[in-house]
Amino acid sequence: MKPFLLIVMQTALLLLLAPLLSGLMKKWKARLQNRRGPRLWQPYFDLLKFLRKDMVISEHASWIFSVTPYVLFLTAVSAGLMVPMVTAHAPLSLFGGALGVVGLMALGRFFLALGGLDPASAFGGMGSSREMTLSAIAEPAMMLAIFTVAITAGSTNLSQIVLASQGPGWKFLDPSHALAFAAMFIVLLAETGRIPVDNPATHLELTMIHEAMLLEYSGRYLALLEWGASVKQLVLMTLVANIFFPVGLAANTTPASIGFGLIYFVAKLTGIAGAVVLVETTNAKLRLFRVPDLLSTAFILATLALVSTFLFR
Amino acid sequence: MNAPPATLLVASLGGYVLGAVAGVSFLRREKLANVCSFGAASLSALSGLLAGLIFLADGSGTPSLRSELLPALNPYIRFTVRLDPLGAFFLLIISLLAFALSAYSLGYVKGFFGRKNVGVLGAFFNALLLATTLVFVADNIWLFLIAWEIMALTAYCLVSFEHEHAEARDAGVLYFIMSHIDAGCIILGFLLLFQASGDYSFDSLHGLGAKLSPGKRDAAFVLFLVGFGIKAGIVPLHIWLPAAHPVAPSNVSALLSGAIIKTGIYGLTRVLFDFLGTPPLWWGVAVLAVGTLSAVLGVLYALMEHDLKRLLAYHSIENIGIILMGLGAALMFLHSGHPVLATLALIAGLYHTINHATFKGLLFLGAGAVLQATHTRNMEEMGGLIKRMPQTAFFFLIGAVAISALPPLNGFVSEWLTYQALLQGFGTTESLWRLVFPLSGAMLALTGALAAACFVKAFGITFLAQPRSEHAAQAHEVAPAMRLGMAVLTAACVLLGLFPTVLVRLMDPLTQQLTGQQLSTQLSLADGLVLTSLTEKTGTISTLGIVLMLVCLLPIPLALWLVLARGTKTRIGPTWDCGLRGLTPQMEYTATGFSKPIRMIFKALFQPRRDVQREYDFSPYFAKKLRFESHVEEVFVQRMYRPLRILILRVSRRVRALQAGSIHAYLLYIFVTLLLLLLFAL
Repeated sequence: MKPFLLIVMQTALLLLLAPLLSGLMKKWKARLQNRRGPRLWQPYFDLLKFLRKDMVISEHASWIFSVTPYVLFLTAVSAGLMVPMVTAHAPLSLFGGALGVVGLMALGRFFLALGGLDPASAFGGMGSSREMTLSAIAEPAMMLAIFTVAITAGSTNLSQIVLASQGPGWKFLDPSHALAFAAMFIVLLAETGRIPVDNPATHLELTMIHEAMLLEYSGRYLALLEWGASVKQLVLMTLVANIFFPVGLAANTTPASIGFGLIYFVAKLTGIAGAVVLVETTNAKLRLFRVPDLLSTAFILATLALVSTFLFR
Repeated sequence: MNAPPATLLVASLGGYVLGAVAGVSFLRREKLANVCSFGAASLSALSGLLAGLIFLADGSGTPSLRSELLPALNPYIRFTVRLDPLGAFFLLIISLLAFALSAYSLGYVKGFFGRKNVGVLGAFFNALLLATTLVFVADNIWLFLIAWEIMALTAYCLVSFEHEHAEARDAGVLYFIMSHIDAGCIILGFLLLFQASGDYSFDSLHGLGAKLSPGKRDAAFVLFLVGFGIKAGIVPLHIWLPAAHPVAPSNVSALLSGAIIKTGIYGLTRVLFDFLGTPPLWWGVAVLAVGTLSAVLGVLYALMEHDLKRLLAYHSIENIGIILMGLGAALMFLHSGHPVLATLALIAGLYHTINHATFKGLLFLGAGAVLQATHTRNMEEMGGLIKRMPQTAFFFLIGAVAISALPPLNGFVSEWLTYQALLQGFGTTESLWRLVFPLSGAMLALTGALAAACFVKAFGITFLAQPRSEHAAQAHEVAPAMRLGMAVLTAACVLLGLFPTVLVRLMDPLTQQLTGQQLSTQLSLADGLVLTSLTEKTGTISTLGIVLMLVCLLPIPLALWLVLARGTKTRIGPTWDCGLRGLTPQMEYTATGFSKPIRMIFKALFQPRRDVQREYDFSPYFAKKLRFESHVEEVFVQRMYRPLRILILRVSRRVRALQAGSIHAYLLYIFVTLLLLLLFAL
């Protein structure tokens, strides 16, 4: 019964915490820009509102359009169940480690891009094209950064990576991990659609990427997509937080250690969210064809990370 | 000889012969020719499939099975076939594909009725299957080379089957030339081996590398890499592939891309792992580097295509690259003395080989169905087909997800194994070469993500949104036999994705033969539901688990709607058109537009040429007429093959002077040659 409970707990945490994280980041960003900003709970109200709304579906759309919200949402949550959040043992880490997480997110993205093309709108196609391009450029940097950590831990299983970090011989943020973290942070900005890569607040058709694919969605499909996107953001941030700063994860399932794990987890998450918000406020959005430069910087950082595992041995 | 697999194998070979004969005898009765030749092909394929399956399922204890097809002409030239684990594995691949293709052909070929001679197509199709099967089971160099040549010639005839198009003729000639260069290299390579063994049978070549001098061994390696590499379509020897595969009839394209290029992989595996012995380091590095280069460039050029079948042909280059990454890593591990890891990498490469046969075959069949329904290969004239051809669209989508290496289908599993082999390779050596593994892993990630981008484009532009032409608007679902063929391969993609440990178990005899290891127990966990990379610690994946997880989570959104969204209505409405009077297909995103960002980012490689002509009255922003042309030429054609062609033409113009038609000059040549030979003999 224990593992089942863990699965339920982590699913609940993923689903409930994700909108809060989005709300928190919006709030902080507004504060840094001297605005008051929406309430912290606003994303929950948005989701409830969307769920209760009628839907309009494009006459050109096919079943792909209707399947996409499910696929995006379910892959994001499943990926989340493979990542250690509060406990060092992720409930379903046996089903796939880092590569499984990346693969599931890619599956969600694949369908989202198809969903963007389906209603025959040029904006959707534009969004799909850009999303697939940028994610393709970001992928090698992300993989290389993950590889660097996986090689030191001798495993691609995320729970094993976290456990290895608590053993001997693991130096906290040694040069290679610091460089890999820098690379991964840039990738995080790109994958979650943050400034300077994409602007989550924009509705200006010609600059948007993620939003352009959602343009034709409404009602409960939109709710599912927004929710899925915020879960994906939470999963990626958790991944970064827990493989680069693997402190305070609950080693067993006693209430006390889980409680401490939760406190650590929230602290790490707010730290990374704060960093993302700082970057977003202090930078302007890059021109689309400048983004590959940023992402190749990430790739070079990740390569250096790998080389330094070799040099500083 | 009396074992069932050997009987089934001979039956399968005989069936192909009958199919070919049937095709030739019913030249004037096309319906009969269709049923007889493709019916025979599908039955023979089924028999071959069973032969391979039974042989591999029997485990590693069974000895190789031999049978004599024809009486030997002399002690050297024997027509003996042998079923050994490696051959059986490739027999399984081609027979699985051939079964689906033959079923598909029964419907597809009807499109040729009254237009082309179906009997000829059926005869060549059977002959090609026969020759390819023989390549995989040949027991000696002679039979191998004869089958290899028949395969090249029949494939040439099938590529130029629609010879009334200049494109098909040109592609056929290019294919003909390239396949003879490869045959030449392979013959030279085998001659080197024969020098050391003194016998033509494959048994005598086993582990021969130890007997060869290092120089000869390296020479043999290079010759085989070039020879089999041309057949497999590695960069930069690939230029025939995107020319030849698209112009053939689609059932043949699927066979060419799915199985015929795998003869190159078979040859390399046979020679490198069976014949040439423990490899030096640079072999592995070379194969890994060639694989990485082929994978990345193949997918990048695929992205630039808007011809659906050419796009798929370029993806074959990409996938051959991924297979070679596995084989190259395996060679490097053999060099550093890690047979277990080498086996893992070999399994990854060969798993991808069977996967590529299934999903590429499926995609080419889908493309063939689309081609038959819309009469065009140009994606810019398609669109909206998912509503007109729902089943074909579904099959194509499965193929697209599989080839993009997305979970839970088969492409993901084999790429996962490749990643694991590469990652664990980092620890096998202390030298700087260890960096090669994660870097090629990163390139594999780039390849996978670009492939996903390419198949969003291929599926999205072809099947989704509004039809972009009259042909696409009037498309209909294809014949049931064609859908059956696609369904078989779809099922194969799904099963190979969900139950990887079953195939790994079938590969036990094969790895036992090549590296002396069996990994199936090590690689499977929880009754085979979870695939591991050697141990539970290093990494695990369960595609079936992922599917179960997705299904178990499905009630969450459904329950929310039951509670919250009850009573909401769904309305069908027009897509937002910015206040214009409705969207037209012209306003949709195009395939060329979709890949524009990639073209811009990699413009140093593509060097795109564009030509834009605008006509306007008062301001360039309000064009009355616009003509846009964009063209990407392969850098290898531009920098390598064109100068080479010019050079060859120039040299041959000079050499022509020798053959001036004067009998005196010819007599002089003969005399000089004789003199030289005599001198040489001294």
